[in-house]
Amino acid sequence: MDLSYSDEELAFRDDVHGFLDAHLPSELSDKVRAGIALSKADHERWHTILNAKGWLAPNWPKAFGGAEWNAVQRHIFEDACALAYAPRIVPFGLSMLGPVLQKFGSKAQQDHWLPRILSGADWWCQGYSEPGAGSDLASLTTAAVRDGDHYVVNGQKTWTTLGQHANMIFCLVRTNKDVKQQEGISFLLIDMNTPGIEVRPIVLLDGGAEVNEVWFTDVRVPVENLVGEENKGWTYAKYLLTHERTNIAGVGFSQAGLAAVKRIAKSEMAGGRPLIENPHFAARLAQVEIDLMAMSTTNLRIISRAAAGQAPGVESSMLKVKGTIIRQEINDLARRAAGVYAMPFASEAVAGANDALPDPLQAGPVAKQYFNNRKLSIFGGSNEIQRQIIAKSMLGGGK
Amino acid sequence: MNFDLTEERQMLQDSLRRFLADRYTTKTRNDILESDTGMSAALWKDLADLGVIGALFTEEQGGFGGQGFDLAVVFEELGRAGVVEPFLDTGVLAGGLIAALGGTDQICRVAEVISGTLQLAFAHGEPTSRYDLSRVQTSAIAQGEDLVLNGRKTVVVNAEAADCIVVSAREHGAIDDETGISLFLVPKDAQGLSVQGYALLAGGRAGEVILEDVTLPTSTRLGATGQAFAAIESRIAAANVAMCAETLGAMETATALTREYLMTRKQFGRPIGSFQALAHRMSDLLIEMEQARSAVINAAGHLEQDRVLRERHVSAAKNLLGRAGRLVAEDSIQMHGGIAMTQEYELAHIAKRIVMAEHRFGDCDHHLERFIALSAA
Repeated sequence: MDLSYSDEELAFRDDVHGFLDAHLPSELSDKVRAGIALSKADHERWHTILNAKGWLAPNWPKAFGGAEWNAVQRHIFEDACALAYAPRIVPFGLSMLGPVLQKFGSKAQQDHWLPRILSGADWWCQGYSEPGAGSDLASLTTAAVRDGDHYVVNGQKTWTTLGQHANMIFCLVRTNKDVKQQEGISFLLIDMNTPGIEVRPIVLLDGGAEVNEVWFTDVRVPVENLVGEENKGWTYAKYLLTHERTNIAGVGFSQAGLAAVKRIAKSEMAGGRPLIENPHFAARLAQVEIDLMAMSTTNLRIISRAAAGQAPGVESSMLKVKGTIIRQEINDLARRAAGVYAMPFASEAVAGANDALPDPLQAGPVAKQYFNNRKLSIFGGSNEIQRQIIAKSMLGGGK
Repeated sequence: MNFDLTEERQMLQDSLRRFLADRYTTKTRNDILESDTGMSAALWKDLADLGVIGALFTEEQGGFGGQGFDLAVVFEELGRAGVVEPFLDTGVLAGGLIAALGGTDQICRVAEVISGTLQLAFAHGEPTSRYDLSRVQTSAIAQGEDLVLNGRKTVVVNAEAADCIVVSAREHGAIDDETGISLFLVPKDAQGLSVQGYALLAGGRAGEVILEDVTLPTSTRLGATGQAFAAIESRIAAANVAMCAETLGAMETATALTREYLMTRKQFGRPIGSFQALAHRMSDLLIEMEQARSAVINAAGHLEQDRVLRERHVSAAKNLLGRAGRLVAEDSIQMHGGIAMTQEYELAHIAKRIVMAEHRFGDCDHHLERFIALSAA
């Protein structure tokens, strides 16, 4: 048992820190720290910087232009990026579609699409959920009907994150209605500029416009955009979800969030003393910090096993449940710490007009983040679904 | 023992509930939220005509209520409908302080409040005061016949729309002394008073009120010199009862929407409410609802009692509503899934009202500490 990183891993971490110090633009990290939404250009700028370094695709094999890091290296990188307030890498092309194409795509698809993901030529979004197919994803009904050398797609996808920026969408579509639900689903790549596609923004409760509905009306998709075999899409979808769940614990985000809470609680006064000295608040803070310390080691234990070649199974569900509970608790502490300054809708909106007003804590939109991050326990398989997976693995049986 | 509302209160509850269900739809409110003023002048007038503001004042003050249970009835309905108009600020807080402390020249303004023609705000909190009621740094210094006010008041709800602002300022004593604090009825257009406004996350608008050498005649003072603290504490207690009732009403809506959704939304071929994991959570919410209702009744029923008894029940209610409210808001969103995260769905606004109520006049931690201190007294 050795809780410290190896010399090799430490050297790697120094490399990562050095790179972030030198190349992460402060205009970007300032926005992330302040909780301000990034523009498309902001995302593309960081994407380009990482690609130039060869670190854009840590999980891809070198043969496809990736860094081919092991799980521990990826963890070190993700943690360092979160703590430096680097923009999150938009995952749809790099973490989701990329691995699917590498495993199931044709040579022609790999040669065409993978370099375009790295270069940023394509911005991908995900067409999975539908209004009637959320936790029960396999019940999806968006239909693709073969017509000569095209599929004709009709239906609606929803919760399409950053779909407003995307020029491409990968979709799960129904190609057979007469078999068991999971056996009639296919995986299609669709150009968002095809006639018949309409993207409608969904305004979220924090005022943000990060998700969309995508409507398909007689959208013609060339058959060469089918990934793998027709009606095998569910297999690919499940494979993709295992990749979506790398970094699922979000330890780095939690550490950055906890640091922000402490910063706010040091400047906010309560009873004439900094709030961080208030025994009640200090106890809340300590409790979540204790949980996070253990979570960090749980995460590393599972990652180490993964690095040794054992695929994480039910553990990733455990990481998702506990990791999101901790992140949401930290969001709660941040809004709590800010006191009355959590009330303004968007302090960044007025910060430009007069930096001193209305928020001397510079707490940022902590309440907006609190509400926005209620999504963490809903998306990517809700925590109820994750608990079901855990229970099933131990207790067997159905629902 | 009788837990029924009086006939008058029952009538007010019924008419208010009908009016708001009919007129204060999600669409109407979302339009209000997007407007520059953050409120509807027409609805304000209609609700005033319905007696909503009059119910917040006693008969001697020109109203027809003013007791804890009157506030609870009104604000539970406002909360149920997610109303964002500043009845708390104009009516309970600033209006209530004028009614409690004002001289004859000032108290006549209460009639304007009740008729819905006067908007007010209460400017008390400051950048370092958090939820402490006695921490007032804003100064009022005598200069000849006049008083000169200097300071900054923070997150003053309804400051922009207010015709007059009730401002607290210190005339003597240390920064957190209870004695030495006075209240002043300051016209919004007073020289040296400026407001920087912004929208609030849960609806409505607030502003930073900056006072720079605001010179006022002593006749603007409400009540005796430096003796306003007891009235402030008592009015904040009333405001906390109102906010607890509002939160309770919002929780009623949240649980009703969640129940409906659990019974109609189908996944895996059956209503999601038939899954035990969700059914048990829903049961827990309903249990907490009953606790919350009792806490509101306790606080409202003790609002007219002596200070320690009153404040103990108020802090107990604010603590319990803070905890139960968070549970209801978060679990209602979780059991709905993504749909509850969208602004056009009613629950989104309701959940924000519930959670953000903790940020005015003390969250559950503040009131837990206060309850402990009051219990030791």
